[in-house]
Amino acid sequence: MLRLDSVSRHFGDQHVLDDITLTVPDGQLLSVVGPSGCGKSTLLRTIAGLLPAQQGAVTVDGTPVTGVPERLAVVFQEYGRSLLPWLTVCDNVALPLRRRGLPRAARRAEAETILERVGLPGAARRHPRELSGGMQQRVAIARALVCRPSLLLMDEPFGSLDAGTREDLEDLLLEVHRTDDTTIVFVTHDIDESVYVGDRVVVLSPGPGSRIIRDLPVPLPRDRDQLTTRGSATFVSLRTEVGRAVRGAPR
Amino acid sequence: MTRRQELLLGLLGAAAAFGICEGVARAGIVRRSYLPPASEVVFRAVRLAGDPAFLDGIGVTLRAWALGLGLACALAVPLGLLLGTVPVVEAAVRAVIEFLRPLPSVALIPLVSLLLGSGTRTEVTLIAYASLWPVLFNTVYGLGETDPLARDTLRAFGFGRLAVLLRVDLPATAPFIAAGVRISAAVALILAVATEILAGFGQGLGIFIAQAQFETDGTRDVLAGVVWAGGLGLVINAALVGAERRLFAWAHEPRAQAGKPERSRRP
Repeated sequence: MLRLDSVSRHFGDQHVLDDITLTVPDGQLLSVVGPSGCGKSTLLRTIAGLLPAQQGAVTVDGTPVTGVPERLAVVFQEYGRSLLPWLTVCDNVALPLRRRGLPRAARRAEAETILERVGLPGAARRHPRELSGGMQQRVAIARALVCRPSLLLMDEPFGSLDAGTREDLEDLLLEVHRTDDTTIVFVTHDIDESVYVGDRVVVLSPGPGSRIIRDLPVPLPRDRDQLTTRGSATFVSLRTEVGRAVRGAPR
Repeated sequence: MTRRQELLLGLLGAAAAFGICEGVARAGIVRRSYLPPASEVVFRAVRLAGDPAFLDGIGVTLRAWALGLGLACALAVPLGLLLGTVPVVEAAVRAVIEFLRPLPSVALIPLVSLLLGSGTRTEVTLIAYASLWPVLFNTVYGLGETDPLARDTLRAFGFGRLAVLLRVDLPATAPFIAAGVRISAAVALILAVATEILAGFGQGLGIFIAQAQFETDGTRDVLAGVVWAGGLGLVINAALVGAERRLFAWAHEPRAQAGKPERSRRP
C-alpha cells in the first residue's frame, strides 16, 4: 500500500505541491490527471524517492520512503532518453536484473520472455534507435516489468506517441495490470486516457501549489475495449466530470 | 558526399600540394638546398622505410608516444569523472587547472630534462602532461552532457551512485573521451618529436631530424623525417576515427524511420 501524508514541495520560492494526502491500495491503477505544469511529475518523482519530500511523508507498505523504494519501476515519457542507446534492446530490458545477481544467460532469457509479452519478439538484438517510438516505449515498459515491480510509476508514458500506437499501449498496460496485479500510478494530462486505464482518477489543480481537487472511482468493468468502453454512458459521464474538474478548476 | 568521393577529393588535394611543392622547387624560385623538390623528399622518405636504424628510431618514438598517451588517459579519465561529478572538488582545483592548462608544454622541455635527464622518462612525462588536457576537459564536458533522465531511470531501478556513474555516465561520456583521445594523440606526437629534437640524444624520429640538419643534403632528410611524422599522424588519426565510428555508432543521429519522422534523440 502506498500512502502520501500531507506531502508538500517547493522549488526555491516556487510552491509546487500543496498538502497531498492519498492512499493507494495494493493492485490499484491510479490515474493522476491535471493540466500541464501542475506538478504531476514532481509528485511521481517524490513517490519514487528521486526527490525527497520536504514536508509530509511517503510510505510504501508502512516503510517511509527516504531513498528509492525496493521493487519500484518507472516508465518516463521520453523513451528515447530513458533507454540506453549503447545497449541492445535485450540488454536494456535485462539491466534492472543486474541488481539481483542473476547470471547473464538467465537475465537474457528473462528479458526475451518479457519482450515477447509486450509484443516485441525478435527485437532483442536490435538497438533502440532502430525501433519506432511506439516500439521503444514497449521496450521501456518491458524493462519496467522485468523485475516484477510491486509499484510501477508511469510519467505520461504515451504522451509523445501517435493515437493508434497510444491505444495499443493503453491496452497493453491494462492487460499487464489484469494479470500482474501491480500497483500502478499513471500520470497523464489526457482526460480520456486517465478514465480509460484507471481504476480511480485523481485530479490535481493547476499550479502553483497543486492540491487534489477530485478523487473519483472508475466503475467500469475490468475488461475494457477502445470502442465499446469509450462509447459507454459511464465512460462519457465520467470523462465529462473529470474534464470539468481539470478545466474548470478554481484557482 | 560518399566515402569514395571524400577519399578521391583527399587524394586530389594531396596531389595538388605535392605538385605545388615540386613546381616551386623545380622552377628555381627558391634555392634547391632550401627546398628540395617534393619528389626527392618523398623518395628519400620511402627509402628510409628500408633503413633498420631509422625504423628502430620510429619504434622508440611510437613507444614513448603510446606510453605517454596511455598514462595521460589513465590519469585524465578518472580525474575527469571526479571533477565532473563532485562539484566541491571541481571548485577546489579549477584555478590550478586553469593556471596549468595554458602553459606551453614545449616550454617545459628544458625544465623536465633538467629534473629527469634526457631519456624516455622526460619524453613520456612531457607527452603525458600535454595530452592530459584534451582528455580531461572532454571527460568533464561529456559528463555535463549526460542525460539526467537516464540517470534518474537507473536510480529508480535501485542502482547506487557508483553504479549509475559506471553504467550511465561513463558510457554516455565515452564518445567525448574518444574525441579527446584523438586530439591528444596528435598533441602527443608533436611532443614526442619536439622533446627528442630539443632534449638531445639517443634514438627516435626527432633525433633523426635533429641530426639530419647538420649533414649534406640535410634539408631533404629533415623534410623526409617531417613527412614521416605527418604520415604517422595521418595513420593514427584515421585509425582512431575508424574506431570511433565503429564503437559509437549509437551516438550518431538515428536514421529517420521509413515514412515516419523520428523525434530527435537528444533535444
